[in-house]
Amino acid sequence: MPSPVLTADALSKWTTSNPYKAAFIYVGAPSDAGWTHAHEVGRLAVQAAFGGRVQTMYKENVPEGPQAAQVVTQLINQGANIIFATSFGYQDTLVAAAKAHPNVLFEQATGTEQLPNLAEYYGAGENGDYLSGMAAGAATKNGKIGFVAPYPIPEVIREIDAFTMGARSMNPNATVRVVWTNTWFDPAKERQAAESLVAAGVDVLGDGQDSPTTGQVAAAAGLKWTGYDSNQESFAPAAWLTATTYNWGPYYINDIAAAMNGTWKTHFYYGGLNDGFVIMAPFGQSVSAATQAAILAKEAEIKAGTFDPFTGPITKQDGSIGVPAGTTLPVYTPTGLSKYSINWFVQGVIGNPAG
Amino acid sequence: MNTDLIVAIVVSAIAYGTPLVLAGLGELLTERSGVLNLGVEGMMLMGAVTGFFVSQQLGGPGWAVLIVAMIVAAGAGGLMALIHAFLSITVRVNQIVSGLALTIFAGAVGLSSYVGQVWGIGGQHGLHQLNRVDLLGLGELPVVGPILFDQDPFVYLSWGLVVLVAWYLYRTRFGLYLRAVGESPRSADAMGINVTRYRYVHTVVGGALAGLGGAYFTLAIAPIWTDGLTAGAGWIAIALVIFAFWRPDVLLIGAYLFGALSSLGFTLQAHGVQMPSEFFSSLPYLMTVVVLAGASTTLARRRIGTPASLGVPYAREEG
Repeated sequence: MPSPVLTADALSKWTTSNPYKAAFIYVGAPSDAGWTHAHEVGRLAVQAAFGGRVQTMYKENVPEGPQAAQVVTQLINQGANIIFATSFGYQDTLVAAAKAHPNVLFEQATGTEQLPNLAEYYGAGENGDYLSGMAAGAATKNGKIGFVAPYPIPEVIREIDAFTMGARSMNPNATVRVVWTNTWFDPAKERQAAESLVAAGVDVLGDGQDSPTTGQVAAAAGLKWTGYDSNQESFAPAAWLTATTYNWGPYYINDIAAAMNGTWKTHFYYGGLNDGFVIMAPFGQSVSAATQAAILAKEAEIKAGTFDPFTGPITKQDGSIGVPAGTTLPVYTPTGLSKYSINWFVQGVIGNPAG
Repeated sequence: MNTDLIVAIVVSAIAYGTPLVLAGLGELLTERSGVLNLGVEGMMLMGAVTGFFVSQQLGGPGWAVLIVAMIVAAGAGGLMALIHAFLSITVRVNQIVSGLALTIFAGAVGLSSYVGQVWGIGGQHGLHQLNRVDLLGLGELPVVGPILFDQDPFVYLSWGLVVLVAWYLYRTRFGLYLRAVGESPRSADAMGINVTRYRYVHTVVGGALAGLGGAYFTLAIAPIWTDGLTAGAGWIAIALVIFAFWRPDVLLIGAYLFGALSSLGFTLQAHGVQMPSEFFSSLPYLMTVVVLAGASTTLARRRIGTPASLGVPYAREEG
């Protein structure tokens, strides 16, 4: 955890009696053991790093959409100096709020819109998902992998694409069946979706959900599982392979320190395996030494910048060319094809990218 | 469609219909006594959170822990219903208002979330989960095995309760009295039946069953607690009672129909059927609307099964 560097100015300005106020908007509950839990760990890291100079607050289970505007207003009324919105669906609300409140700083996770007081932050989860996919591809015996997926949005689609390409790098015949739950977090629905995949004959499950339910279904059926967001091994140790996890704390600490110092500028942060924003969870017991070595080697290539899963040639689900040979997709461009605009599945995925 | 697929659909219909059977039976009993309880969702959540809490705290053999957890969950639902009973039977406040108030009070941003947070059980890995019990070793039979003989104890309990409630309603004197109280409390009172006691007992038992239905989510479906995890099941249960014309046997079928609808979309997706998944996600709720609209028009004409005094407080001195 980086320790915050505050200027003398900031140190005298933000004190226990006049703390800097940082607010977080959560799409789920901090208890979800997944996405929101990871953000909550980040918030607690902020609190620990700054002590009484920063007052953190959060609102949980905030619906994505117009209702979020009310929550933003509430937080501003409570004196929030910076607001982190931790899910894609808050973007429109945040853009409007940033325009209406030029003196408040806003940060939007997984989005694209920037303003002088609205920054974007996320990380290359897809690189972690490629590595998770390798573990899944090595674990499958019948070549059928299932994936419990939340919403059909580019963020999730590119993660499934990367997962599938990773799986097929280990087992060229592997397929990934996708079932959409249309929810980030709903253990009952996640279980239904996972069970339907088990009934369809998959022998490895992956998920992009916020709860570890898919893993519990996998464990009950004696299958293997790759998780998401947080280290969820304890929920299903026998099924556990690995997971992409996010380490939000250092980012939050840096940005809040900058904001307190008055040096905060709008930005588009895209962390990754190399700066410790994306971290692979520990391997499960069943991941063989050879598979671990292959995954670690690929991770080293990604960190060194010599490998990017979205380098052509990439074939789409329907057989047409998605990314031509020699091209590596940029993270985000306002127009044209970028990682943020992928709305198609790669070859090997069975499912509908439109949901 | 192959047999495996059909079996998979039926099995998941039962799994996801079971909380609806339990909560629906409870609401059916309550409404039969003339009390409308719209607090089912809140009672389910209280059952879910207390049941999970108890299962996390107790030591001892798994089956004993789960039985105690179920009893406590039923107690929590019953206690909530007691509030509703007091408000709607003794104080005679508007039943709709009282029920809605309880759902809001105990709901996804209310008491159930609060106690979940105070007890710190969010995100905990469930230590106990009800597993399937292979009854009489018949679970391996083709088709009927997985459907009838390889379910978790909650499912067997719900089947037993359907039979019990049907027998109680139609074959016992108490059931006859109960129906009388729901149809015409004044006549029942004249016959010497204690209307208030009947309404209290059936409201509390109804709440207890709702609590049990809620506990199904945290003890059987997914051993994890999170705010609002019943996701509207309580409302579907209320609609089911109307759908079933206040009959327990029809209620069982209806609950499984809802259960099937809720997982049909996933099953079809997993089998590579290309359909917008949002359509399937909305099916159970769409069906709730259709059922409520359909049932209310039929009822407007013939009033099939509706207890005549449903929702009307009874006061002896008004006569």
